[in-house]
Amino acid sequence: MRKNILTNFVYNLSIAVLIFVILALLIFSGIIDEYNGNLLVLSGIYLIVALSLNLITGFTGQLSLGQAGFMSIGAYSSAILMLNFKFPLILAVIFGGLITGFVGLIIGFPTLRLKGDYLAITTLGFGEIIRVAMINLSKLTGGAAGLKNIPKFPSSGDYILDVIINLTYIYVFAIIILAIVSNLLKSSPGRAIISVREDEIASSSMGVDIFYYKMFSFVLSAIIAGIGGGLYASYMGYINPDLFGFLNSVNYLVIVVLGGLGSLTGTVFSSVIFVYLQEWLRIFGDFRLVIFGLILIISMLFWPSGLMGTSEYSPSGFVKKLIKGQFTIESILSKAKQLLKKIISNKSRNIFKHNGGEGR
Amino acid sequence: MVFLQQIFNGLALGSVYALIALGYTMVYGIVRLINFAHGDILMLGAYTGFFILKSFGLSPLSLVIAIAVSMMICSFIGMGIEKTCYKPLRNSPRINALITAIGVSIVIENGAKVIPFIGPNPRVYPVLKPVNYTISGASVSQTQIIVFGVSIFLMIVLNYIVNFTKTGKAMRAVSLDKDAALLMGIDINKIISFTFAIGAALGAAAGVLYSLSYPSINPYMGIMPGLKAFVAAVLGGIGSIPGAMLGGFIMGIAETITRGYISSLWADAVAFAILIGMLLVKPAGIMGKNVREKV
Repeated sequence: MRKNILTNFVYNLSIAVLIFVILALLIFSGIIDEYNGNLLVLSGIYLIVALSLNLITGFTGQLSLGQAGFMSIGAYSSAILMLNFKFPLILAVIFGGLITGFVGLIIGFPTLRLKGDYLAITTLGFGEIIRVAMINLSKLTGGAAGLKNIPKFPSSGDYILDVIINLTYIYVFAIIILAIVSNLLKSSPGRAIISVREDEIASSSMGVDIFYYKMFSFVLSAIIAGIGGGLYASYMGYINPDLFGFLNSVNYLVIVVLGGLGSLTGTVFSSVIFVYLQEWLRIFGDFRLVIFGLILIISMLFWPSGLMGTSEYSPSGFVKKLIKGQFTIESILSKAKQLLKKIISNKSRNIFKHNGGEGR
Repeated sequence: MVFLQQIFNGLALGSVYALIALGYTMVYGIVRLINFAHGDILMLGAYTGFFILKSFGLSPLSLVIAIAVSMMICSFIGMGIEKTCYKPLRNSPRINALITAIGVSIVIENGAKVIPFIGPNPRVYPVLKPVNYTISGASVSQTQIIVFGVSIFLMIVLNYIVNFTKTGKAMRAVSLDKDAALLMGIDINKIISFTFAIGAALGAAAGVLYSLSYPSINPYMGIMPGLKAFVAAVLGGIGSIPGAMLGGFIMGIAETITRGYISSLWADAVAFAILIGMLLVKPAGIMGKNVREKV
């Protein structure tokens, strides 16, 4: 068993490194230009925050509408740590995440006793309070104008190389977080978290401490969102409270719903798709947001499982099959056909089936 | 004196919140859905009123027409939203319906922003002449009296509809038990549509009244009053009509007192602080019933 875990780790890591090397080479050779490279960096940041939302909403079943609020705490605290206390970047980002986690802990105590739509509206409320606080605590946060000259990722002076450096930072963080979350979900606490989503009453009668696991997942989600915020602050170089409004929280909701609530793989794909969609739809101007709204409505009406439903795709499984020579053209084709059928027929399970019903 | 002044301001603002909160609470009572798009209905109502008041000029008659027409148009919009977006999801999990409602809200806000005759820029609402009356040292403007009067009138009408008509009885029945109501021969779809229509109509009226007191309108204007009114509905006990009225007034007064004594910048945060405090102490709200969880 232990050996199995080690081989999985090695396989997953090698795939991650391979993808990174390919991306870096593509950027270096100019096939992916600076613009697209920056979009990749941005999708990495979106991915991190969307993962945090999927953890609390998709896996724990608690809809949070205040994710942008957590992101802003992470962004501000990491920026302030760097500007006022001269923390090095990575340390500041991690501490920013921890501070956000602490705030999440404080917020979680009152809110996590609530369920469903009450929780959603309270997290929204906290997001707004955080935003108002950021505007009003102007001595620390610069008020509505925000903070400028936040230290960026180290620069080499060359644009193309800078994109690769940015990508390295974001990619490493994203991969580590992805690994932590996906391993967590396979562990015993992770199973407990999913059981809370499936049926609170049944899992509590099985001895799962519902409040503890909700809190665990909420705080972890806050930490991840905070790290995403810190990275965002360093990537952009400036932040202001308006960057983290309610509409921003909705963006992450669109990503998670599109990718499939309860699928990490889906979130990975959909955050890249979302960032590119956002750019392509820029020609439509303000129609962009109308289209995002329509995506939410239509996917809920006709396609509630999203891209991946709750299914996952594991790179280590891929490598194992590759080594054993189980990959032939036919098997890939049939697999693709299966996947396509699943996506179109919308047969994947809807995760809110059990705990959404009547009552609260 | 300052205190009395803030109470008067709070009553005028609170009556608008109460009107909006009624829309939330009625819809929630009947389909258990937070209608996120309700604040945007308010915006649409305000714009309908704006166009009428702009073309007829501001007079008592045109104000009545503006409120009536915007109520009518918005009730159709409300019914349309229910039929297209919420009805297909009636039997699916509530979170899905909530996400849909957020989607509807985003579509309306940004749709209004791109429609040429609404547009992204704020518009100045026609306002009444500033006539002030003094009551024991505190001044009350004509606008505030009209806002308060119209809201109270609409609340009385609503109270009559819900408590003394057959449709109102059916509404109460559906909100109590949908299946039992169906067995008693009540056309549930019709009642739900009607509820959405009434809620939207009240929201539209609130939109016109709100813009009379805060005369700058834009496509995003509905978000904040909508959220605060939702808080008011939760505060009063969601699903309870007198609760929504009471909650609305409490919210209005709390907000103006914060403006008067602390800082106008924190006024937006106070609403949510109240909400969180309330949910901690009595999650069912002031007039709500405690629902026990059945296994």
